[in-house]
Amino acid sequence: MTTITIDKAGPTRKTKYGSMSRDRAWALRWSYFFLVIFAIFFLTPPIYMLITSLKTSAEISAATNPWWVFHPTLDNYIALLTSNQFLRFFWNSAIVSIFVVSITMLISVPAAFALSRMRFWGSTVLGTGVFLTYLIPETLLFIPLFKMFVVIGDWTGIQLINRWYVLLFIYPTLTVPFCTWIMIGYFASIPKELDEAAIIDGASWFQTLTRIFIPVALPGLIAATIFAFTVSWAQFLYPLVFTTSTDQLVMPVGIITTLIKGDVFNWGQIMTGALLGAAPPLIIYAFLMDYYIAGLTAGATKG
Amino acid sequence: MADVALQPSSTAAARTAQKRSGLRNVLGRKSTIAFLMALPLILLIATLVIYPAFYAVHLATLNKSMARFVGTGNFEFLFKRETFWLVVKQSCIFAITAVIFKAVIGFIVAHFVHNIPAKGQRKWRGMLLVPWVIPPAMSTLAWLWLFDPSYSAFNYTLSFFGIGPIPWTGDPYWARFSVILVNIWVGAPFFMIMYLAALKSVPDQLYEAAAIDGANWWQRIWYVTLPMMRNIIAITTLFSLIVTFANFDIVRILTAGGPLDHTHIFATWAFRVGIEGSDIPLGASVSLFMVPILAVAAIFILRDISKRGNEA
Repeated sequence: MTTITIDKAGPTRKTKYGSMSRDRAWALRWSYFFLVIFAIFFLTPPIYMLITSLKTSAEISAATNPWWVFHPTLDNYIALLTSNQFLRFFWNSAIVSIFVVSITMLISVPAAFALSRMRFWGSTVLGTGVFLTYLIPETLLFIPLFKMFVVIGDWTGIQLINRWYVLLFIYPTLTVPFCTWIMIGYFASIPKELDEAAIIDGASWFQTLTRIFIPVALPGLIAATIFAFTVSWAQFLYPLVFTTSTDQLVMPVGIITTLIKGDVFNWGQIMTGALLGAAPPLIIYAFLMDYYIAGLTAGATKG
Repeated sequence: MADVALQPSSTAAARTAQKRSGLRNVLGRKSTIAFLMALPLILLIATLVIYPAFYAVHLATLNKSMARFVGTGNFEFLFKRETFWLVVKQSCIFAITAVIFKAVIGFIVAHFVHNIPAKGQRKWRGMLLVPWVIPPAMSTLAWLWLFDPSYSAFNYTLSFFGIGPIPWTGDPYWARFSVILVNIWVGAPFFMIMYLAALKSVPDQLYEAAAIDGANWWQRIWYVTLPMMRNIIAITTLFSLIVTFANFDIVRILTAGGPLDHTHIFATWAFRVGIEGSDIPLGASVSLFMVPILAVAAIFILRDISKRGNEA
């Protein structure tokens, strides 16, 4: 009976195979064709940024082909990188992002450990709450937060509005919930035997965390760090609301408020600034793409 | 007999009670440590998320100088304003259109990436995710420049096809189109990456079985791929709905709500009214209108995620 089925399957499969492989070849060609079209759509703005950043103001306002650079120049880069104001924005962004990443990790890693391994009263509610907090957009909270910090300033005399460090209090509300959430996922995937063995050997909870969980869940930790960094680097609404003096601004807000002066758009410099502002996340992404994507997909697939 | 029976049972009970108190002690210590570890998180969420959320409700009931309680006065005022209904309409159009297109484009691109040999997939995936990596504020600037009224590179290119200069951000309908287009551009790669991950998790055997049963390309997608990806599609769409509905950066930079408020959505209008117009209570009321839609989406996400957890 088995021979019969093999005999039957043999010839039909063969003919089908030929047509399938021809189908596949065509499918492949179409796939590449559409991928190229989508890649053009997705990459046009960044490439146009680069093209414009290499042009002089005269060439930008000339009626030539905008997609080509006839007289490439680095003037825009030199102008921005020697401008104290621009370097100040860069510095503010860098320091805010680095602090926020550290704060986020210090808060979310222990919390994720506690929530994934040590049950306590209300821990399941808190786990769900963390995820819900992640879903609350910043556009819902910026007005009450602004008013809160104004009131705090009035009461205590500590002026936090229009200081870059106010962002250190606010950005963690965006980064901590997500980082805690994905770290819970990563920690939960570590086999229980590992930490049980450590506890039996006399390790404290803190040692279990630092000696076992952090090294084992390092990929997750890197993904969370990248996420915290990109979020705090890219944040636009909060700095726009909370800071106004030019020496307190971070990159995105600084570029938009200082390089656009009234109706005069110095597009060469704006595009250069935008490109430099996009560079740190892009560089991190280029080197740590797999971690970046792991963090991106972990949000919905883990937990 | 009852007495006899009682005695051993009471000692046993005492022993288990002792045992339990010892156990509870350990548990208590462990849970205390756990609580302390989670304390910074709890404090952060309580003071900077939950408290402001309720504070927004409180603010929404005050008058402009925040000295007098006006109850629902702000809401009544909003209901009477034409701009408010315009904002409601635009927010819905903006979010729904953008999410649908993001989902469809993401799905198509994910399929194409999945189709090509595994060796090249990494490269394409890396390239196609770039819009998501660039800070939206920065990439929107590039779009603003592409849409520029006098030097628009798009209009330059289109002029070769005989299509007249398009007022990308000047005309209400084109401005809405542009805002949605930029949003699709930013968000589609996220869908692509999520769907790609989901596509990879569909076992090959299912496709083989479908092919043997004579399913064509469309049937394979409809009866195998989509049911297997249903959960991821739901979660990603709902999540994107929240993010898109609450979007601020793109509209703010591209049109700042103009022309004539025809691209304002809740977040940008709340900013205009609350921060720029320094009517904080009214701004808070505007942003509170996002809550119902966000809450519904959040409930569905939670349901899907817990379902996913049970499946695994």
